[in-house]
Amino acid sequence: MRVTAASAHVPRRPYVESVTTAAAVAIAPEPVFRARGLTKLYRMGDVEVHALRGVDLDLFEGELVVLLGPSGSGKSTLLNILGGLDAPTAGNVRFRDHDLVAADERELTRFRREHVGFVFQFYNLIPSLTAVENVKIVTEIAAHPMQAADALALVGLKERADHFPAQLSGGEQQRVAIARAVAKRPDVLLCDEPTGALDYETGKLVLKVLQDVNRELGTTTAVITHNAAIAGMADRVIRMGSGTIVDIRMNARKLSPEELAW
Amino acid sequence: MVMLRRKMWRDLLHMRGQVFAIALIVASAVSTYVTMRGAYESLLVSQRVYYDTYRFADVFASLKRAPESVAQRLREIDGVAAIQTRVVASVVLDVPGLEEPASALLLSLPDSGEPRLNHLHLRRGRLPMNADEVLISEAFADANALLPGASIAAVINSRWRTLRIAGIAITPEAVQETRGDAFPDHQRFGLMWMRRHPLAAAMGMEGAFNDVTIALAPAASEADVIAAVDRTLVRYGGLGAYGRNEQPSHRFLRDELAQDRITSMVIPAVFLAVAALLIHLLLVRLVASQREQIAVLKAFGHSNAAVARHFAGFGLAIVAIGSAAGIPIGIWLGRNLTGLYTKFFHFPELTFQMSVSAIAVPVGTTVIAALVSSLSAVRRVVALPPAEGMRGEAPLRFGRGLLDRTRLIRAVSPPVRMILRSLQRTPLRTAMSLLALASAGAILVVGQFAFDALESMIDVQFRAAQTDDATIALNEVRGDDAVHAIRRLPGVIRVEPVRTVPIRIRAGHRQRRIALVGLEPDATMRRLIDAEGNEVRLPLRGLVLTTKLAQILGVGAGDDVTVEALAAPRPVASMRVAALVDETIGISAYASREEVNRFMREGPAFTAAYLAVQPARATELYATLKAMPSVASVSLREAMLASMRKTIVENIYISASMIVAFACVIAFGVIYNGARIALSERGRDLASLRVLGFSKGEVGAMLLGEQAVLTLASIPIGFLAGWALSVWIARQFESELYRIPLVISGRTYAISFFIITLAAVFTAIVVQKRIGALDLVEVLKTRE
Repeated sequence: MRVTAASAHVPRRPYVESVTTAAAVAIAPEPVFRARGLTKLYRMGDVEVHALRGVDLDLFEGELVVLLGPSGSGKSTLLNILGGLDAPTAGNVRFRDHDLVAADERELTRFRREHVGFVFQFYNLIPSLTAVENVKIVTEIAAHPMQAADALALVGLKERADHFPAQLSGGEQQRVAIARAVAKRPDVLLCDEPTGALDYETGKLVLKVLQDVNRELGTTTAVITHNAAIAGMADRVIRMGSGTIVDIRMNARKLSPEELAW
Repeated sequence: MVMLRRKMWRDLLHMRGQVFAIALIVASAVSTYVTMRGAYESLLVSQRVYYDTYRFADVFASLKRAPESVAQRLREIDGVAAIQTRVVASVVLDVPGLEEPASALLLSLPDSGEPRLNHLHLRRGRLPMNADEVLISEAFADANALLPGASIAAVINSRWRTLRIAGIAITPEAVQETRGDAFPDHQRFGLMWMRRHPLAAAMGMEGAFNDVTIALAPAASEADVIAAVDRTLVRYGGLGAYGRNEQPSHRFLRDELAQDRITSMVIPAVFLAVAALLIHLLLVRLVASQREQIAVLKAFGHSNAAVARHFAGFGLAIVAIGSAAGIPIGIWLGRNLTGLYTKFFHFPELTFQMSVSAIAVPVGTTVIAALVSSLSAVRRVVALPPAEGMRGEAPLRFGRGLLDRTRLIRAVSPPVRMILRSLQRTPLRTAMSLLALASAGAILVVGQFAFDALESMIDVQFRAAQTDDATIALNEVRGDDAVHAIRRLPGVIRVEPVRTVPIRIRAGHRQRRIALVGLEPDATMRRLIDAEGNEVRLPLRGLVLTTKLAQILGVGAGDDVTVEALAAPRPVASMRVAALVDETIGISAYASREEVNRFMREGPAFTAAYLAVQPARATELYATLKAMPSVASVSLREAMLASMRKTIVENIYISASMIVAFACVIAFGVIYNGARIALSERGRDLASLRVLGFSKGEVGAMLLGEQAVLTLASIPIGFLAGWALSVWIARQFESELYRIPLVISGRTYAISFFIITLAAVFTAIVVQKRIGALDLVEVLKTRE
């Protein structure tokens, strides 16, 4: 599925919490993700942690969303549930026509394999594989992947293809991780604190890559961060706190990562 | 230090799978040593006690006939402490319920009381009182289900007698009831005792003896006494005296003890080495993953020694757990093994008993091994300054290794590259794991080798070399006209006469008492076949010696040896060794029958014959043989093979299951630990891959692929090691009675391969469950 840059930037109807008219639904684009009443209860020893308390959320085709919130706000839990890594205690999530709550372990694995690209805070590259091999290990199991070399070119690391993770800087490792995530042409790219372990300049460079990918490939992208400055580059910013969505706003003008400062 | 100890127990509990796997191997090391060493010691002690208490003789001699007055002259020989003269006869028996004829060595007991030497131990019944009463030996009684009160018919000196069994007994002379054959046949051979007077009367030996046993004085020289006895008895047809070392039962037991001593070292040593390797690998990993904890401990003022002691404690705890399980298992198995011995060796009492060292040695060695392997693992980390340690475990560094310079790495997919690079990154660990896994293969090969060798010995000896249906030994030398008489017996198709002479063969100062076997040059039922199955033709002139005999005498083909007949007219001649034959059983010299007849200054004559028999008339023939006065003994090849095979099958069942269990324990321990260590190092990578959409099976394959590569690579190494160990064991086990041919069948390799693979697959299934438990969410949050 290829979404053009133009269609990705069709101004979207702002998300209105719970109350939607039939007419409004009719003209709205079909959401990629549709979550309703998500609740997550963790039991940590004798303590119960309410990570999510009834969250409703839609993510739309081609948009770049930033999920903003302090640690413990539930944003990672939400992302994990959307990515098929965790199951909610109550509520339901659909990805297109897949019911993620009803899916079993095997179906979730297939869902991640076919539709989701992940970028982690600590890159999580395989240390025994070179940059290009780290990309290939994913493209090998994908249906319509791009060439591993092209994916590395996309993140500006064509020349470092044969380096092992231990031979790359943190920023370079994160760009390899992004190349790995996008190489399979996922429908959705989920990034959990992608700049959390990087310095200022490198962090901006990585964000630029994420924005380029979103723009050029039209991949629906969700970025988790506790860094409010990053919100400027999003189509929509979802602020979370204590397991609920505090507010959602549209950016009138998306900033490019070079314009961000923190 | 209480908290440190508590931390240790919690960590152990956390690693319980690995702790269990290694403790299992420690338990195997300890228990096999306790079992085998204990059984060995039990046998050794029982032997010593039996020999002492029942006055087992030191020197033995048979002769044609000497008046009892000669006994006094023997008694006066310097170094002789006691003698017992007796009458001995070889008899053919008709055992109730046994179709084939059996043979027995019938020994005289003094007319009242017990013999002065080789006391009997009565198992059942009582000593014989009447002329027609006998004692029979235990193995023979058991094999034929004979009880006191039963009757047995015997041909004694050409006369048919019915004997009543008064009791069942054992003797230190026959701990193993054997005629000196490599494979005893208890159903068809046994020992019997009757009072001297009736036996002497039957044998025409009144006032005379034809056998004497001698006890030596404490400091006496056995060789001097033997020489003096031979000088005294030469006039009376002495067949040459010999010491315990040539006494069949003692020799059998001695060889068994020597072999048990070796096995009781080798197998536990293998386990011990594997356990030490695994403890080392486990602790290297534990120490690496607890780098930060160690740094914190040191930062708070724990000394290096305290930290080292803490980690050494892990090794010791595993050894303690393994020993605690291994000792009782070892004692239990030892009791069973000793119980099994009582089937083969007949002692008044054979109970499992062991010295403190049977426990102290394995426990002590495993403790030392655990300490050495723990401390070597801790050393590097303890040396780190706390600040450096607190930075945490360095991420795994991969670079271009040797593999990346080869074409191979390009030919394989990224997951396989991961596996190969991971093996290459830790060459020492890879080598250790390979070695440990290879030992499982080696144990399987060595364990089955014994049976392959036995099969091959049987095959060569009883299928190629010897193809008769029955062998009959005669009471005396008979002229060739008797061959025709034998041929006329019912069912006999073909007869091949043999002339056997007891000789002393000598080259320089080396000598042996053996049988010189005169065969027909065109014999088909007894041929000379070497270990490889090739036939050695009997030369017209000169001797063929078995390789082992030639080695003992230090001669080769073309050399001359002195042959001294121990039977009348006792000729002595120098003979040329024409050829050697690499027979696996016994030590013998062969010549053409004509040459033996010439040497003995006699016409065509023979002492035994190989018979080919029509199966349909075998029963008729057996009945005739039982009643033939001139026949001293009959042995039936197939019957002996069958009885032997029964024993072997029983043994195979027991030892094969033990060997398989051992190999599985090792394979499981090594693979499980390897996989768990890999999982602890790369759990994060694997969880990442799971997040990226790899299934449990795919991720499992990446983790276990490494173990699969190791397992497959270890198999040829294990087979090679097993072969080498078999060569070594074959050399160590070699005795005059038999030589173990180095034969390892394809089946052995195939079974070994199958078992190792099966153990690996089983372990993989156990480890695979862990993959499912990987925390996918955690991995996103944590730093390496």
